[in-house]
Amino acid sequence: MNQLSKKQLVARLLQSFGKKMLSSRPVQEHETELVIDKADLPEVCRTLVQEKKGRLFTMVGNDERELSGHFALYYVFAFDQLQHLITVKTLLEEADPVFPSISAQIPAANWYEREVKDLLGLRALGHPDRRPLILHGDWPEDQYPLRKDFSAALPVSRQPDRGTSMQYSGRDVTEIPVGPIHAGIIEPGHFRFGAVGDTVLHLDAKLFYTHRGLEKSAEGLPLTKALFTAERICGVCALSHAVAFAQAVEAAAQLTPPPRALYLRSLFLELERLYNHIGDLGNLCAGFGFAVGVSHGSRLREQLQQLNEELAGHRYLRGVIQLGGLRLDVTPAELSRLLTVLEQVEADFDELMDIILSHDIALDRMATTGVLSLQQANDLEVVGVAARASGRAVDIRRSHPYAAYGQLDVPLVQYTQGDVLARFKVRAEEVKTSLQIIRQIVCQIPAGAIWAPVPEIQPYTRAMGWAESPRGEVCHWLMVGPEQTVFRYRIRSAAYSNWPAVPLTVPGNIVPDFPLINKSFELCYSCCDR
Amino acid sequence: MKSEQTTDIELALCTRIKQVLGSSLHIRHVDAGSCNGCDFEMMALCNPVYDIQRFGIDFVASPRHADMLLVTGGVTRHLEMALEKTYAAAAAPKMVVAVGSCACGGGVCGQTYANAGGVDKIVPVDVFVPGCPPRPSAILEGILLALDKLDGSRSAVR
Repeated sequence: MNQLSKKQLVARLLQSFGKKMLSSRPVQEHETELVIDKADLPEVCRTLVQEKKGRLFTMVGNDERELSGHFALYYVFAFDQLQHLITVKTLLEEADPVFPSISAQIPAANWYEREVKDLLGLRALGHPDRRPLILHGDWPEDQYPLRKDFSAALPVSRQPDRGTSMQYSGRDVTEIPVGPIHAGIIEPGHFRFGAVGDTVLHLDAKLFYTHRGLEKSAEGLPLTKALFTAERICGVCALSHAVAFAQAVEAAAQLTPPPRALYLRSLFLELERLYNHIGDLGNLCAGFGFAVGVSHGSRLREQLQQLNEELAGHRYLRGVIQLGGLRLDVTPAELSRLLTVLEQVEADFDELMDIILSHDIALDRMATTGVLSLQQANDLEVVGVAARASGRAVDIRRSHPYAAYGQLDVPLVQYTQGDVLARFKVRAEEVKTSLQIIRQIVCQIPAGAIWAPVPEIQPYTRAMGWAESPRGEVCHWLMVGPEQTVFRYRIRSAAYSNWPAVPLTVPGNIVPDFPLINKSFELCYSCCDR
Repeated sequence: MKSEQTTDIELALCTRIKQVLGSSLHIRHVDAGSCNGCDFEMMALCNPVYDIQRFGIDFVASPRHADMLLVTGGVTRHLEMALEKTYAAAAAPKMVVAVGSCACGGGVCGQTYANAGGVDKIVPVDVFVPGCPPRPSAILEGILLALDKLDGSRSAVR
């Protein structure tokens, strides 16, 4: 698609809004912003999703009172065919911070709209779920951390808990509360099952226990320092988040890092995917008590993390990225060593997959368990492995190429069954495609600089960066403040998009299958909670 | 794969566990709001490369069965109570090891409306293991240091 026809297509797409569109402007190369009145939000968003086939990419609330006297909402929609993003912006008066909810028509907006209520005090009228999301029941109702006049350092008192979990009652319904502290070494969340005998009737997941206030504490930080925050949103998606943040800064500065840096980013991103996918496949076996799979998976994962340490000095690849490129280069000797290790890992991995996928009990436990339908996946805008296992073809490496992915062959792995087995197989095949991509990179990688200086960014420029983390796409929305600092930083991880889907897949399964279903999604809590 | 660097620690661990606890050391992990990096390094201790079970160390499901808590994260507002309750439920002598920079002093999250800024703000800590995240061998060393402290300051009640 050439630039001209894309421009025309975008213009045609926006034409249908006529007078509703108060103004429009290109933001980055790949983004157009239109401003509308808040009353038109539901119709414009519904048109973009249901008729124009956009998907809700992220939604951000922003306290812009010091800039324009208003709060602002940004609903961002991705158009994969066009490789374009369309942002719908609307302003809310300080005296009347309410807006019409779009969640009834676009279920994927549910959490975003609850979040802006909790953190900014912007209320979505007609929202189907009025429970708090990010802040739990003991948080005072009139304190909004992401408002600029809220000081992050001041302690906030605790109110009597408003009790935000679902309660089950009725004959033969047993309520089973689990967590936030779990039996294994896993992150905290509270799950409440309504069960009839062994069968789950309903599951309510209360998350955000690991909400650390990262978006607030990043505000005012120099961009170079905020990169450290980005790397620490999540342990196992550290590199994806670092890349997404760096790309947001580079987009704001209109900088393209040198080609070698882009290739190296893709290389490390695939190494991150590899150690995660292989470890997750092994760990999934713990869901049905298959110790051989767990042991082999964790051994291969360890081998890959030791390789990370050898190449980058860090088992989780922190400290690799810098704004404008990378901090470190990889020598030809290291690249050949990398290929040798990966060859060993691949041979062992193939053997492990043979063992697991030829085991009747493993197959029996995974097939038809925890089904996520394509309709559910589409409605909730599910991303990553979970989406591709339900026949939803989203992979942001392909649809909105970043790093060196535009120059690489990135095959789409897709299954349609949507069960645990499909998610297992998607991961297994993606291990193979990651290995292919790494080999392409090693063949094609150009010589040259690995870093370029970041030009000064005009205050209040905003931009986005994204990456396909091992769990799916992450999207970082950034508004730069005065003197190269962070004004507003919204982190939307794959886990945030996918968590609402998990409880839908559990009813009808037996309680002991929940750990297996949960492991098949393998979502981070920290990524989601921030 | 390399394993030689942990040999001394491994030997010392075996000996100390027998000396101060009799036979085994049971650990309960508490994620008090980490980024999961430390948690995954703790999980790596159970993989076939580190395999801490061979020293009689095991991660147990309940704090009531635990001699030691390994706490990760800087203690978020939403997990303060969970940490307090877990600490209260742990069996004496209740050794507490704060694992990772966030657990040691808040890390990048610092002290905010959502984060207490360190495990010792909420419960007493015996050993701090810094690192972002600390390597598995560093966590092992932290466990050993906690056992060393047990001998002098507190007595093991068995």
